[in-house]
Amino acid sequence: MGILEVKKLNLRMNGKHILHDVSLDVWEGHVHALVGTNGAGKSTLASAIMGLEGYRGVTGDIFFNGENINDLAIDERARKGITFAWQEPARYEGISVADFVGAGIPKDEADKEAVIIDSLSKLGLRPDDYLNRAVDETLSGGERKKVELASIIAMNPPFIMLDEPDSGIDVATLERMAEAIKILKAKGTTVLLITHSLAVMKQADHAFLMCDGQIIEKNTADKIIPYFEHNCIPCIHKNKPDIEEAREKIQ
Amino acid sequence: MSSEQKLASEIISSAGIESDIFKQKDIAHLLIHHDKVVGMHAVDGLEIKTEQIKDGIKIDLRLRKGTKVKNPVQMCFGMMPKTGVQRIVMNAVVEKDAEIHVLAHCTFPNAVDVQHLMDATLTIEENASYTYNERHVHSEQGGVKVVPKAKIHLGKHARYITDFELLKGRVGLIDIDYETDCDAESTLEMNMRVNATGDDIVKIREVGHLNGAHSHGVLLSRVAVRDNAQAEVYSELTASAPFARGHVDCKEIVQDNGIVSAVPIVKVNHPKAHITHEASLGSVDSKQLQTLMARGLNEDEATDMIIQGLLR
Repeated sequence: MGILEVKKLNLRMNGKHILHDVSLDVWEGHVHALVGTNGAGKSTLASAIMGLEGYRGVTGDIFFNGENINDLAIDERARKGITFAWQEPARYEGISVADFVGAGIPKDEADKEAVIIDSLSKLGLRPDDYLNRAVDETLSGGERKKVELASIIAMNPPFIMLDEPDSGIDVATLERMAEAIKILKAKGTTVLLITHSLAVMKQADHAFLMCDGQIIEKNTADKIIPYFEHNCIPCIHKNKPDIEEAREKIQ
Repeated sequence: MSSEQKLASEIISSAGIESDIFKQKDIAHLLIHHDKVVGMHAVDGLEIKTEQIKDGIKIDLRLRKGTKVKNPVQMCFGMMPKTGVQRIVMNAVVEKDAEIHVLAHCTFPNAVDVQHLMDATLTIEENASYTYNERHVHSEQGGVKVVPKAKIHLGKHARYITDFELLKGRVGLIDIDYETDCDAESTLEMNMRVNATGDDIVKIREVGHLNGAHSHGVLLSRVAVRDNAQAEVYSELTASAPFARGHVDCKEIVQDNGIVSAVPIVKVNHPKAHITHEASLGSVDSKQLQTLMARGLNEDEATDMIIQGLLR
């Protein structure tokens, strides 16, 4: 049994069928990649798992640690141990990096400040330079992504979903991100990377290939990646996947 | 301790200021309780004259040419009783090349029915700078009516920055009316940050006239209304000279049964002038809210954090 189980999940939005019978198991302590081209439904699936506004009207089931979480609000899911990092992080006027990173630290943590400093340092953000800065447009997109990931490291939940963690960041920052993911994995954190980047996929143990709102195949990352590279960039099926053929090729 | 010292001590304490500040010779201060001056100290180059008027004090403040006051001048306007009227008439002149930073603490911690009326005229001469931070402490009942009005004139290359902040207690009724004329190369910044709850009423009128070439102006308002509070924000910026630049920025958050209206007026009377305008009214931004909720904060905690940030 995985830490997260999704069973026959369907989602319709504005009359369109977006997710089709999606089922997957996410294994505790492993890094997974949810792989697919733009529009495959990856971010939608992650948003449904987090219970974000507009993505709650699903049929099917989402289990976390064996408990059905379909009816839980975002914060209730977060307190169970799930969190999510947006592809484009939010900006906050007047909220400091220290306050933002500290927001998710459990209330019983004795040394909150040390956790904040440690989390920023892991992402290469010098605390003296960042603690008092606002999480607003004065931070670059890459800095905001790092601050968002620092807030997740500080929160220290058992399950993390990162949506396109490499979008809009430079090579050095990508290396930091990869390091941070290794640190999370070493701590036993379960990670789901939502991506169409080969560099990010390579950090995963397992991968789910998604196309047209369906999971085409689940396998180890080293088997999914070559198929994705040769068949999906660009998509040779014009987003109308031949599921049997794909499975055969991957396996 | 004399009765004046006692009142001064009460005002300082209720405003949350370190009392030692008022013993330091290099920090100017003016403490007013109702219609009495209960403490005053000036520094070199700064003249403060006061005169008792009905229900208040008339203040003439003049900073002499070229004087740069090192430490912020502490001003406290307070009313300790539950009821009453305090009227402040201020005429301030910051002469050429002078610089001053005023921290004004307005404290009405026990107010049930208190009116604080301010009528100010400020002249900031060429290349002078005047920064005015107004910090309010009100009672939890919200029984305060604050009506500050100011007419400001900025000379060439002068600078005026003001911000208004309610640190503690309920707004009650705030009716702010500030109007500024700006000569060439001058800089104007007016920032209003108010958190209204209960049946509070907030009225803000901030007007800037960028009359001189290369003058700059920013009018910023951040208002959060909750419960049954109401807010009206009127921001007007006019640019009438070449290379005059301005920006009007209103962000108002509405919760519960609160009502807010914002009227930004931007006028440009010269082809080489430019003004921008940005406004957002309504609920808390969904992505900001959901990000914090995804860290485990409930909706109320996340909303509070966003609003506190906005008003900071």
